[in-house]
Amino acid sequence: MQLTLEFGGGLELLCNSVKIHTVDVEPKAEEKKLTMKHLLSWVHTNLIKERPEMFLKGDTVRPGVLVLINDCDWELSGQLDTVLEDKDVVVFISTLHGG
Amino acid sequence: MMAGEGSAAKPRGGRLCTICNGRRAALKRPKTLEQICRECFYEVFEDEIHRVIVDNHLFKRGERVAIGASGGKDSTVLAYVLSELNNRHDYGLDLFLLSVDEGITGYRDDSLETVKRNEIQYGLPLKVVSYKELYGWTMDEIVKLIGLKNNCTFCGVFRRQALDRGATLLKVDKLVTGHNADDIAETVLLNILRGDIARLSRCTSITTGEDGPIPRCKPFKYTYEKEIVIYPYLNMLFTYAYFKKLDYFSTECIYSPNAYRGFAREFIKDLERIRPRAILDIIQSGEDFRISTFTKMPEQGNCERCGYISSQKWCKACVLLEGLNRGLPKMGIGRTRVLDNERDKDTRQTNGTKSIESKQCGTLDF
Repeated sequence: MQLTLEFGGGLELLCNSVKIHTVDVEPKAEEKKLTMKHLLSWVHTNLIKERPEMFLKGDTVRPGVLVLINDCDWELSGQLDTVLEDKDVVVFISTLHGG
Repeated sequence: MMAGEGSAAKPRGGRLCTICNGRRAALKRPKTLEQICRECFYEVFEDEIHRVIVDNHLFKRGERVAIGASGGKDSTVLAYVLSELNNRHDYGLDLFLLSVDEGITGYRDDSLETVKRNEIQYGLPLKVVSYKELYGWTMDEIVKLIGLKNNCTFCGVFRRQALDRGATLLKVDKLVTGHNADDIAETVLLNILRGDIARLSRCTSITTGEDGPIPRCKPFKYTYEKEIVIYPYLNMLFTYAYFKKLDYFSTECIYSPNAYRGFAREFIKDLERIRPRAILDIIQSGEDFRISTFTKMPEQGNCERCGYISSQKWCKACVLLEGLNRGLPKMGIGRTRVLDNERDKDTRQTNGTKSIESKQCGTLDF
């Protein structure tokens, strides 16, 4: 399934300073649907090159990292349980850097 | 191009906006937990800042106001919103952008480029003051001399003065900064942790330094960082191409980050996740602190050397500068027992209560 991932607010520094990634992610073999929970671990394994603790804490994003799925706050769509679909756009923005 | 441009993907979650009840919600407001759509969001976001400005009498018609602009998210959004509100509600303000160039290659030179773009986009005149011209030293040169430890002390002390001096050069009546609710909550905690009663009593004031030459105010005092960060992403009054223009610079300073503040910051974010109102409540707690009249407060005077406000004979910047110029860069770093003792003596000699009355916190009492 094709997804567009955007990293902003300094998070792009964790993935070779590339802001926008067009990626192909498949759901886990035993699951039919791709959830945000799985996407986060996929991003951790495949895109994050350094300091993963700036992005993740436990099994979710670090507090202070905002997530938008198709321009919508992920707090409205169920956060980790949000089911992703083909062509979805997921934006991660850190609020932890200077003002 | 932003990733979202032309995206045909549909939003997840079908809840309607609790304000207009017509459009799909796009954001959960941390302040109220309301689920609202993007259109209602930018309306309430801008209206709340307008209310804060009006209710607190932050500006008077005809004033010249400098916006402390770092090129970061807060000051970039502040410059945009303030110039919008100034036009929309006819505040009658003359707005300027004021930036400080610390002389950090690969960090500040890049973020200053962002501010220069903002100058053109919003049509606000920009003034840049540099550490080099004010103090004779760039941060690069200071770090070369003193190393990566303590360099934030120099930078912080110098920046505060540099903004005041730049504001004086611009002949403005006020200086506004982009400090948001999260920043202020963080500062309340830090001042408690440091036992810095004088700063604790003034860090929550929306306007400070009214007795000084240039008062400072914080129109984002009640604005959550989450909303400031999300604002450029959701503001659909403009196309995404425009958003790209509301660009801000978000690289961390290349010299050592402030670790102590970092912990406080992370703690605030952890609290926010559990209970978003905690941020406003910490600010409220800071506001409601009452400082005992028996507490000795540093007496505000002027630096004998440069005239800047100082509770000591020399202001911190002059002490640090003297150290640099004499090749004793440790001077003024950390707690200097002798100076503290002298200050205590001074406070004891001058009548304690009188010195408290001259402070902003002097009116606070049990």
